[in-house]
Amino acid sequence: MYKKVFSHLGEYKKYAILTPIIMIGEVLMEIFIPYIMAEMINNGIKGDGGVEYTVKAGLLMIGMAVISLSFGALGGMTAARAGMGFGKNLRGALFNKVQDYSFANVDKYSTASLVTRLTTDVTNIQNTLMMLIRMAIRAPFMMVGAIIMAVKISPKLSTVFFVAVPVLAIILIFIMTNAHPRFSKMLKKYDGMNSAVQENLIGIRVVKAFVRERHEKSKFEASATDVRSAQVMAEKLIILNGPAMQISMYACIVAILWFGGNMVINMTGMETGDLSGFISYITQILSSLMALSFIFISLVISRASIGRVCEILDEEIDIKDAPHSEITPIDGSIEFKNVNFSYSKNPDNLTLENINLKINSGETIGIIGGTGSAKSTLVQLIPRLYDVLDGELLVGGHNVKEYRLETLRNEVAMVLQKNVLFSGTIRDNLKWGNENATDEEIIAACKNAQAHDFISSFPDGYNTVMGQGGVNVSGGQKQRLCIARALLKKPKIIILDDSTSAVDTATDANIREAFKRELSDTTAIIIAQRISSVQDADRTIVLDDGKVVAFDTHENLIKNCSIYREVYESQMKGDEE
Amino acid sequence: MPPGRRMGPPAKPKNVKATFGRILKYLVGQNKLLLVLVLVLVLASSAAQVVGASLLKPVIDNYIEPLIGNPTSDKMAGFASMLVLMGCIYVMGALSTYVYQRIMLSLSTKALLNIRLDLFNKMESLPLKYFDTHTHGEIMSRYTNDTDTIRELLSNSIVSTISSLITVISVFVMMLTYSWHLTLVVIGMLIIMMFITKKVGGNSAKFFIKQQKDLGAVNGYIEEMIEGQKVVKVFCHEDKAKEEFAALNGALCHSATNAHTFANILGPIMNNLSHALYAITAMVGCVLTIAGTLSLGAVVSFLQFTKQFSMPVSQMSQQINAILTALAGAERIFAVIDEEPEVDDGYVTLVKVKSNGNEYVETTDKSGIWAWKHPHSADGTVSYVPVEGKVEFDNVVFSYDGEKTVLNGITLWANAGQKIAFVGLTGAGKTTITNLINRFYDVPDGKIRYDGININKIKKDDLRRSMSMVLQDTHLFTGSVMDNIRYGRLDATDEECIAAARLANADSFIRHLPEGYNTMLVADGTNLSQGQRQLIAIARAAVADPPVLILDEATSSIDTRTEALVEKGMDSLMEGRTVFVIAHRLSTVRNSDAIMVLEKGEIIERGNHAELIAQKGKYYQLYTGMFELS
Repeated sequence: MYKKVFSHLGEYKKYAILTPIIMIGEVLMEIFIPYIMAEMINNGIKGDGGVEYTVKAGLLMIGMAVISLSFGALGGMTAARAGMGFGKNLRGALFNKVQDYSFANVDKYSTASLVTRLTTDVTNIQNTLMMLIRMAIRAPFMMVGAIIMAVKISPKLSTVFFVAVPVLAIILIFIMTNAHPRFSKMLKKYDGMNSAVQENLIGIRVVKAFVRERHEKSKFEASATDVRSAQVMAEKLIILNGPAMQISMYACIVAILWFGGNMVINMTGMETGDLSGFISYITQILSSLMALSFIFISLVISRASIGRVCEILDEEIDIKDAPHSEITPIDGSIEFKNVNFSYSKNPDNLTLENINLKINSGETIGIIGGTGSAKSTLVQLIPRLYDVLDGELLVGGHNVKEYRLETLRNEVAMVLQKNVLFSGTIRDNLKWGNENATDEEIIAACKNAQAHDFISSFPDGYNTVMGQGGVNVSGGQKQRLCIARALLKKPKIIILDDSTSAVDTATDANIREAFKRELSDTTAIIIAQRISSVQDADRTIVLDDGKVVAFDTHENLIKNCSIYREVYESQMKGDEE
Repeated sequence: MPPGRRMGPPAKPKNVKATFGRILKYLVGQNKLLLVLVLVLVLASSAAQVVGASLLKPVIDNYIEPLIGNPTSDKMAGFASMLVLMGCIYVMGALSTYVYQRIMLSLSTKALLNIRLDLFNKMESLPLKYFDTHTHGEIMSRYTNDTDTIRELLSNSIVSTISSLITVISVFVMMLTYSWHLTLVVIGMLIIMMFITKKVGGNSAKFFIKQQKDLGAVNGYIEEMIEGQKVVKVFCHEDKAKEEFAALNGALCHSATNAHTFANILGPIMNNLSHALYAITAMVGCVLTIAGTLSLGAVVSFLQFTKQFSMPVSQMSQQINAILTALAGAERIFAVIDEEPEVDDGYVTLVKVKSNGNEYVETTDKSGIWAWKHPHSADGTVSYVPVEGKVEFDNVVFSYDGEKTVLNGITLWANAGQKIAFVGLTGAGKTTITNLINRFYDVPDGKIRYDGININKIKKDDLRRSMSMVLQDTHLFTGSVMDNIRYGRLDATDEECIAAARLANADSFIRHLPEGYNTMLVADGTNLSQGQRQLIAIARAAVADPPVLILDEATSSIDTRTEALVEKGMDSLMEGRTVFVIAHRLSTVRNSDAIMVLEKGEIIERGNHAELIAQKGKYYQLYTGMFELS
């Protein structure tokens, strides 16, 4: 899992490798400094060196501090490059992967969860990496180096370390392994609390309308109290770290003073200066052990993020493109042959069952059906937004799977039920349909979609800037812009999925009229709630519970299809009154 | 907190003292004594470290040095007991550290809990206006980013700053008693350290602000593209999106690298400055030793001091940013807590009454009828008015912001049990009218009367309890289907909830769900269609069983066929109740007792369906599809 994520270092790998090496430079200096310190006391003050030796050693030490600083600063820079560069690559990889997702892949995740993974999670991981490359080599190296130096001063006295280090290590490992599940639990509770807040924000009107403030408060109090106790449970362990470290360190200092002191007193290979050097190494050894345990905690905390990111990267894209296919649709005909479809790919839970339809090129087809009758599902198979479970779907004379996806989707334009405009000008948005569209083409498409008039009424016309999600146009206007955008593709097939629901009936009729006049070669499929939107279609499909109940002209359906007649009558009733 | 998590830009808090005082108040609460104990323990722990280190000098000067080559058992015993003393002091210090950290953990999480509760409780009582003017993301970040920074402050920064300060001061005093020459050296270095921290830290902050801006752009793009992912696919726009994203991502990488480089460099600088300090102290110390001004032990001790001194100083310099960030976050949280809650001066309450001959008496009996309890302050009497659901608007003028008039002179009557519909274009003021009835927004006194009572006199909770709302955007909560229906009336039995679901025609689809009424709904509710969610919301309103119903586009996502089914249920739901309907589909409002056609905040036509059609005015035009409803 870690390997997979960190393979996204890419061109920043050199920085990630360089950083620990540079850090070694810093560590070396830090290791030698206490050694020089000891020499300074032994030879400078107590020995024959005198002031001259002391100053020389002091200057050497300052020089080393400067070198250490340079290494440290350089390492800090390369670490930032590696960390942030890695973040960029990982974020880019995730974004690109999500762009390649099929509809089925996208359905699996909520928008909020995808956004969190691309933002917060990536930030967590990149910061962990940055810390990892700075500390992971530095800490053990420092520990080993300090131990070597200490042994050099006195192998006998170093026994103290060999007792202290394993003891502290065992304590730290014990704390960390026990803390991990507690931290995971705490993070989960924390997520739960936050989503409770989010829910209240979204549903504040419902809360207030039903006077449920007190109910929500007590729910929140329970969840916040849970968070608190989980936090106490987890951190209770972590605060043991400090005292454990302190006690080990102080025990070492006392032991060194006693044993080392005795060695000095008995003149068995130790001098006074060595004692302070030795104590410095102890601090270094034990604090690098602490740093290691810190790295461990961060890895544990980032593990959840890494897992979530990997889930995105590992998601198998279930629609396989045929990238080298040269086939293009010959016309706008569509044929469903024994098509079954299931969102869960489960033959026992079919959303569409045994669909057989033949639509000729240039026909206008209506689709009518109740909520959940799978109208949208049916049309989404045509541009291969989902793959059929079994059976065959032919578009323009070939199975949809034989086309390059881009070729197919450029020929099948679709206006989705839940449609989106992007920030930018109206013109920018329209150009999604065709990047190289000329002004004439844009205006022509907008005229057909009955959008030209209202666009021209804006002070900035086609250059009007839209807010995110197209907030500054009305629902009906938005739908017409979306239709114009689809028309600019000049497709062989155009599908409107309940795309005129907010458009008044007169304009709706004008749009259909324009389609008939201007796009007579284009196959049009129109899903609608209103019978009036489909009654002048060549033929209409009546869907019920994933099955085709009837496929015929308006007149015949009125005569032969009870569902169709029922809807028609309920909608027409008002007019006759 | 892992060290990897870097600070954001240090947004400057405005009123450091007041904000800090408030945070402390949360921390102190009922725990004054415990906090005193914490202070004592912090003092003990810092003192133990300083005293422990200061014992090095007597150990070396008084015992080891004189004993060299001449170990007498007498002196050796003294040496040993000296070390035992040192060990005891250290152990005591470590224990104090643990105990105060444990107490602080408990106190800080408690304080945090109380801050969260205050924040949430205030949020729940804020008027809707607040939610109209603040984005969800903005309010959410009070709970996430801002409380996180306070958490860091409470659990770490405060104590560690106090302990650093104590250490620095006591070490400084010790230093002075050992050698004022060397202390001067230390002060000189200290000034240099602070200067550099300011310089590098300032640079880092500048790039952090830039990084934050770029991050905002990247996150915004991610959100927009993922929101519109399906459209991107339909238009084969993937490559273009990837390209645009790469540019934004690259800019972020650039500013983030700069910001983190400076932040990373600060550590080595502080570290090595303290090494230099060590070296300089050693040199000067050695010179002084040879000159005879200082003892060898004093120099060794002093060197320990410089380490003990520079560590907390660099710690404090790093804490300063964390503290400022936390204070800025706290200020934002307190700003929410200080918001004015919904005003409610209502004193007319909703009670159950029983008719007792010619007057009403209060009862706890479930079979009683609902009535308004109206105390009259003038003569101290109490009158009871049965709840019927009669609503009157008398020339209501309303504006959300005090500038743009949304409703202009609305006058209407709804008698008990009538169905009143509002029709009009988006922005005509339909929803605003219903929001005034249940006092989501307030109008001047006496303009709206409910059962003859000025609604400003009615307690808000009771007013709202007497009416149910079904909104266009149905919001269901995490929990089972049953829980969500029961939201309408918390003491409803399972049978009552199921009966309500049946009424809304939701029963059959609920039974088809994997676990029926026990199916868990998740926040985004992807497992239900919009239409199904609306049916549950209708059932939720039904279970509340109120005299007044407000349906704001309640059936817009249900297809006409299903709507016909729901309508049957709705008809029985609406029977005997006053109903306000806003509908997009005019077929829904046809059978209303009165239809109000709104335009620009004014009622331009009123009457029943047949009358309005005959009038051939705006309603006729809307109905025949000559105008766009959206």
